[in-house]
Amino acid sequence: MRFVAWMRKNLFDGWWNTLLTLSVGGLLIAFLRSVSIWAFTEARWYVIPNNFRLLMVGPYPPEEVWRLWVALTITTGLMGLSFGVFVRWWGPALSRALALALLIWVLAWPVVMPGTRLWLFLALVTFFAAYPLGTRLAGLRKFLPVMWLLAFLLALDVASGVPMNRWGGFFLTMVVTVSTVVIAFPLGLILALGRTSKMPVISLLSTLYIELIRGVPLVTVLFLAWIMVPLFVPENLRVPQMIRAIAGFALFAAAYLAEYVRGGLQGVPKGQWEAAWAVGLSGYQTVTYIILPQAIRSVIPALIGQAIAIFKDTSLLVIIGLFDLLSMAQVALSNPKYLGLEREVYLFLMLVYFIGAAVLSYASRRVEKAMGLGSR
Amino acid sequence: MEPIIRMENVNKWFGELHVLKDISLDVAPGEVLVIIGPSGSGKSTLIRTINRLEPVQKGRIVVDGVELNEDVRNIEAIRREVGMVFQQFNLFPHMTILENVILAPTRVRKIPREQAIAKAMELLERVGIADQANKYPAQLSGGQQQRAAIVRALAMEPKIMLFDEPTSALDPEMVGEVLDVMRGLARSGMTMLVVTHEMGFARDVADRVIFMDEGRIVEEGVPDEIFSHPQHERTQAFLARILHH
Ligand SMILES: Nc1ncnc2c1ncn2[C@@H]1O[C@H](COP(=O)(O)OP(=O)(O)O)[C@@H](O)[C@H]1O
Ligand SMILES: [Mg+2]
Repeated sequence: MRFVAWMRKNLFDGWWNTLLTLSVGGLLIAFLRSVSIWAFTEARWYVIPNNFRLLMVGPYPPEEVWRLWVALTITTGLMGLSFGVFVRWWGPALSRALALALLIWVLAWPVVMPGTRLWLFLALVTFFAAYPLGTRLAGLRKFLPVMWLLAFLLALDVASGVPMNRWGGFFLTMVVTVSTVVIAFPLGLILALGRTSKMPVISLLSTLYIELIRGVPLVTVLFLAWIMVPLFVPENLRVPQMIRAIAGFALFAAAYLAEYVRGGLQGVPKGQWEAAWAVGLSGYQTVTYIILPQAIRSVIPALIGQAIAIFKDTSLLVIIGLFDLLSMAQVALSNPKYLGLEREVYLFLMLVYFIGAAVLSYASRRVEKAMGLGSR
Repeated sequence: MEPIIRMENVNKWFGELHVLKDISLDVAPGEVLVIIGPSGSGKSTLIRTINRLEPVQKGRIVVDGVELNEDVRNIEAIRREVGMVFQQFNLFPHMTILENVILAPTRVRKIPREQAIAKAMELLERVGIADQANKYPAQLSGGQQQRAAIVRALAMEPKIMLFDEPTSALDPEMVGEVLDVMRGLARSGMTMLVVTHEMGFARDVADRVIFMDEGRIVEEGVPDEIFSHPQHERTQAFLARILHH
């Protein structure tokens, strides 16, 4: 048996390792056992479905929630397309089985309202309809980033039928995360190029900015964006809270992204610059066509790691009074009906964050692999 | 005939290190010039001054009637006319061979894409790697990569081609295929400056051979003269070393 051989080699070679395996394994089992006993007997999970809308969209008006479903359907459609383009090995059998399982689950799920069920169904169907399309359209790869950007803007546009100060929950968390990435990425590129620039003023300013931001905690940048922005902007031009928060996140993340990209830039061999110059490309063309694509490719894992960090850091939004996922959890718990159900709610939050981060991390590995073809 | 390259008293320093000392050199259109010499003697630096990958501190360089100076437009104009092939190929790893080849023609010469592709395929065909056009550089053998790099340079229709030890990074069995391409190019009347240790190639196709040592042109002449009757003792010593390996 291969499994037994593997165990013997990795877990039970020598008395020390055997002891370690047994004690760690024992602790693990004891822990899982008490958690699952609690989860299946004591835990009162109804707090989650009862507050599901609150957790997902916060104070977004129920009669307008269709807007978010439309936005979600756009997203899942594009997601399916992207998976089709990048994840070729998901054969038709596996994807069909997966689709079926998910759809049955959605249809059979007891607690949701019929309207929700319908929308969820639609979003999933869109995903699984787009997936096979993507597998056939490999040429789409180049346009996917632009399509994602357009889809994101479109989704934002649909959602903003409701004023931003009523956005909340997981939806707000996602909007802040994605907006931050979209803004911070080009900003980071510019800062990285600035820091490696031969012009001393530009290089100095970029370095100063990067080091300053990296030297302070995120919370302070957020507070700064919260408190300071109104001081600079005229009274009648009130910038919504959410925009200020995104500005804070983006300014912060850009400094880190810049350092990753700079590492990538320095990793591009000198011969690449010379070959580009030698065929007559200008300095600007050399950077855009030759150097940056290679630099970015080499740091994709780090960039996605940063995106995951941003996603998790959005939990700080609660301290500047936005209705993000975490603050909605607190609202739910402040209801006397759900007194003392912190464990259920926070475990659920953990799960949401974990799934979000896992999806991103999986996507990163696929993109990295798909792009690996063109690397040395 | 008017020289296509003229260097007058060119001097170059890397910090304190004086790497080119009073180099004066004229190259005629269509001439094939082979540059030999021990490692560190300044051969690479010399040919890299011609497309100004290396700026010089003293002296004049005129290429195809354009004087090389600080003016970026002059430099870019020269680089359009001068192709270069590197020891390490330096293909762009994130682009297919075809994309490597058409990049400069479409972006710099602004040739329509279809036309650039047709031209690229014709050139790839000529060096025998048309079937590799849609692969990435890392998927090709060293010899194929170097031939692709030659095509990339040729696609700009340069008047001058610079080769910096184009076969030194290749496995021995692939040297021949690259040298064959270069022979064909020489026969077609291309002006070529070639740094190489392939003495057989030099004998075959060179119109003139230059021997460099410690930043100076020590001796020059037709291949037969240099190889059979070297005048300078440093040339003799170098050839004795090279030919016995
Ligand atoms: N970028 C550089 N910076 C400093 N020294 C250099 C640089 N490039 C070359 N050199 C030095 O200049 C001398 C000539 O180099 P090179 O032209 O590459 O010689 P060759 O091609 O004949 O081997 C060598 O001593 C080398 O170490
Ligand atoms: Mg050299």
